[in-house]
Amino acid sequence: MWKFTVRRIGIMIPQIALLSLLIFIMAKMMPGDALSGLIDPSIDPATIEAMRKKLGLDNPWHIQYMDWIKGVAQGDFGQSFRFKMPVTELISQRLVNTFWLSLVTLILTYLIAIPLGITSGRYNDSWADRLITGYTYVGFAAPLFIFALVMLWIFGFHFGWFPTSGSVTPGLSPGSFEYVLSKINHLLLPSLSMALIATVSTVQYLRSEIIDTKQKEFVVTARAKGASESRVYNRHILRNSLLPIAAFFGYEITGLIGGTIFIENIFGYPGMGQLFIESISLRDFSVVTSVVLIFGIASILGALISDIILSIVDPRIRIK
Amino acid sequence: MAFLEVEDLKVHFPIQGGVFGRTVDHVRAVDGVSFSIEKGKTYGLVGESGSGKTTTGRAIIGLNKIAAGKVIFDGQDITDLRRSKMGARRDIQMIFQDPYSTLNPKKRVLDIVSEPLRNYENLSRSEEKKRVGELLELVGLSPESIHKYPHEFSGGQRQRIGIARAIALKPKLIIADEPVSALDVSVQAQVLNFMQEIQKELGLTYLFISHDLGIIKHMCDRIGIMYKGRYVEEGTPEDIFKNPQHIYSKRLVAAIPDIDPRKREQQVQFRQAVKVEYEQSYSDYFDDLGLAYKLQPVSDTHLVALPGKG
Amino acid sequence: MGNPVLEIKNLRTSFRIKDNYYAAVDDVSLTVEKNELLAIVGESGCGKSAFAFSIMGLHSQAKVEGDIYFKGQNIANISTAKLNELRGNKMGMIFQDSLSALNPLMTIGDQIDEIIYIHNSKLPKKERKERVIDLLNKVGIVDPAFTHDQFPHELSGGMRQRVVIAMAIANEPELLIADEPTTALDVTIQSQILDLIKKLKEEIHAGIILITHDLAVVAEMADRVAVMYAGQIVEIADVYTLFENPLHPYTRSLLNSVPNSNEVQSELHVIEGIVPSLQNLLREGCRFSPRIPWIDESAHEKNPVLHEVSPGHFVRCTCYQQFSFPEKSKEDQYHGVS
Repeated sequence: MWKFTVRRIGIMIPQIALLSLLIFIMAKMMPGDALSGLIDPSIDPATIEAMRKKLGLDNPWHIQYMDWIKGVAQGDFGQSFRFKMPVTELISQRLVNTFWLSLVTLILTYLIAIPLGITSGRYNDSWADRLITGYTYVGFAAPLFIFALVMLWIFGFHFGWFPTSGSVTPGLSPGSFEYVLSKINHLLLPSLSMALIATVSTVQYLRSEIIDTKQKEFVVTARAKGASESRVYNRHILRNSLLPIAAFFGYEITGLIGGTIFIENIFGYPGMGQLFIESISLRDFSVVTSVVLIFGIASILGALISDIILSIVDPRIRIK
Repeated sequence: MAFLEVEDLKVHFPIQGGVFGRTVDHVRAVDGVSFSIEKGKTYGLVGESGSGKTTTGRAIIGLNKIAAGKVIFDGQDITDLRRSKMGARRDIQMIFQDPYSTLNPKKRVLDIVSEPLRNYENLSRSEEKKRVGELLELVGLSPESIHKYPHEFSGGQRQRIGIARAIALKPKLIIADEPVSALDVSVQAQVLNFMQEIQKELGLTYLFISHDLGIIKHMCDRIGIMYKGRYVEEGTPEDIFKNPQHIYSKRLVAAIPDIDPRKREQQVQFRQAVKVEYEQSYSDYFDDLGLAYKLQPVSDTHLVALPGKG
Repeated sequence: MGNPVLEIKNLRTSFRIKDNYYAAVDDVSLTVEKNELLAIVGESGCGKSAFAFSIMGLHSQAKVEGDIYFKGQNIANISTAKLNELRGNKMGMIFQDSLSALNPLMTIGDQIDEIIYIHNSKLPKKERKERVIDLLNKVGIVDPAFTHDQFPHELSGGMRQRVVIAMAIANEPELLIADEPTTALDVTIQSQILDLIKKLKEEIHAGIILITHDLAVVAEMADRVAVMYAGQIVEIADVYTLFENPLHPYTRSLLNSVPNSNEVQSELHVIEGIVPSLQNLLREGCRFSPRIPWIDESAHEKNPVLHEVSPGHFVRCTCYQQFSFPEKSKEDQYHGVS
């Protein structure tokens, strides 16, 4: 088990190195740099050149890359030109927001997926199954940003049940009970919107896993043992079907990243996704690269978590 | 000179281990196997799962990498198939165990059977069709079936398609790896009879790999018994079944259930005797690693793996 | 015939294909006595596994008609809850493929423990564990305590089959059904497993149904044999009678198509045609007649029934009286070796 984990982490290091290099190269290839968006075009080109030099923007690319990596390793992502503050500071608050948003989304995703998937798989071809499968088709077909807009309009504007932007009501003191409640209140609508869409693949996956496991021979063995139907499901079918779902968990994280980009922009939620879009349009490239790097590392970590979970729950992998 | 000569064949598979998955050791799947087959004869290779019999067959045809040893086919060294002339390759064909998984379900019979033809011969479409039709007729299927897909056939028919593919290039040697294990007894009989028929007709030589001693006895002129990658005994069916010498062969022969219910008691006693002998004399037949010794002749036709004399 | 453990009357198991039901087991009646091993032989598709599953009530989609008396109680139409009291308790089943028959995520110990727990939940965990270890011992597992904590994929095929057997006999069943228990195994392992079943038969005095396609296994194991073809029993007799005086054309053909280890045959008998699929099965007349076309139609009965030709020896249809193998391979028949 530990051997597997060590080897798995060993694979991760070159992955991250490659990722950072790719991000850096791509950032370099973007038209314009930090200065082009910031500086008044009437300024003398020589002055711009001098500023470029001062910031190290005309060094060879590999030196720039090494400088950047060194900084990142120390938690210094550089300076945002747009917001005139360190990227680290800019990101940290948003990272926390996005983390909570993702976590709540993830919890909701599973809260929806597990009962629906089980119902659908256990009673396949029943009316309940058809209803649930119908929902998953709608979920697959509906683009997240349109669905989110509809949700925002109905529950945010029309009924006014949820706040329509921000992550907390201004003026509350951090740490107070009201502050926490307000945070949760701001989270609910965006995370629910995302979860309702994101969950459909898990529902489908769980459904087909259950239908598949139902036909396995060890289930027949369990019945031949005299196990009651509930026991057959709980001890044999569900456990074995949830295994790939658990393994899927890490990859959900990757999906969430894409989702937060839409959701945060639509709900005006100050998180990484919103920052990502903002900094792209502002050509705040030190921020863009940092955000992309963090997203990338999160995905790689997600895959790592998946593999480790799988190795814990599946004895066939554990002993290798 | 025999038709096929295998000399001290070794096939090793790497074992990966440690944090970095390096090769830490090798499984000696085939560990010094030598035998020869006369032209037009059927040679049986018997053993239980993991004995290396299939690996031996696959190594001869070039599907497993040979670590050491020599394979001489029709006077030509084909140990390294890539370096040897392509001719040898088309002269040796293989029939696989499972007629359900070795035929591509998305291909028509025409494409399956003509695949080797396309690799080696430049035939026009119509010539190809004609040849495939002839081959199908030869294996007892109607020529109209060329446009059908494998799932439209029964197990025995599918195995015949596999045979048609194997004989398409008029090979001289066919390696048959458990060709009837997946089939019902009546279908088994069909395929075995048919294999004997085309052997006579086309002058084929067979290397017949099986775990079923009854079938091996029925089909083969000479038999080799493998255990853990090595030979334990080799001889004529008479030698092996009437006069097994190695304790492993005895166990194998004793384990065959007898079709005569009256012989039950006799069978039980025989098995019991062999079991006692196995327990008492295990170390006489196997070295410290539990492997068989080198083969020693006990008669003109009969070789047994016994510890070296003196 | 005293009190049979199992008595089956007119069992018919049908599967639905498109909109029709087709009987895979068609009007089968038989009994299994205590201490008796009844073998059911036939090729794949003859309905022998469907038959076994019907007795255990393991079909989820099929329609099962007829009566199944287990120790006098008709279990054909009882509730699943009632059936569950018998399954795994008084009725045990051994499956063919031990790897897929065991749950890959549960230890061997837990899987055997489960069957004890289900039928005796009051037994303390410690005692159950002792029984599991005992059982593993009984089926010849060398290091039961170690195997107890292993997972199925960590065991060899032979060991796994022993575990499956341990599970089936855990509650000392009175009826044991073994569905091709040695088909997936090597010949030396097969003989060990068969020996184990013989030994257990003497110990637990159960009635055993052994389902197999291997006639030699039948010859070694059975007290009585039922030969099945196309969902019906075509011949049933005690083992000596069946092997010495086989009557039904199918039985005789089967016996002649296996390479016989005692004699050398130049050619094996080939049964013409193929085993019919469920939909293409001849429902009227002798179901085997298409495979012996050289036998005159008048030899068959209109509605073939089982005839008792000698006490306990039943043969279906009258065609056996006129049956002989075609000229071509006559000299190779298994009695007269050239």
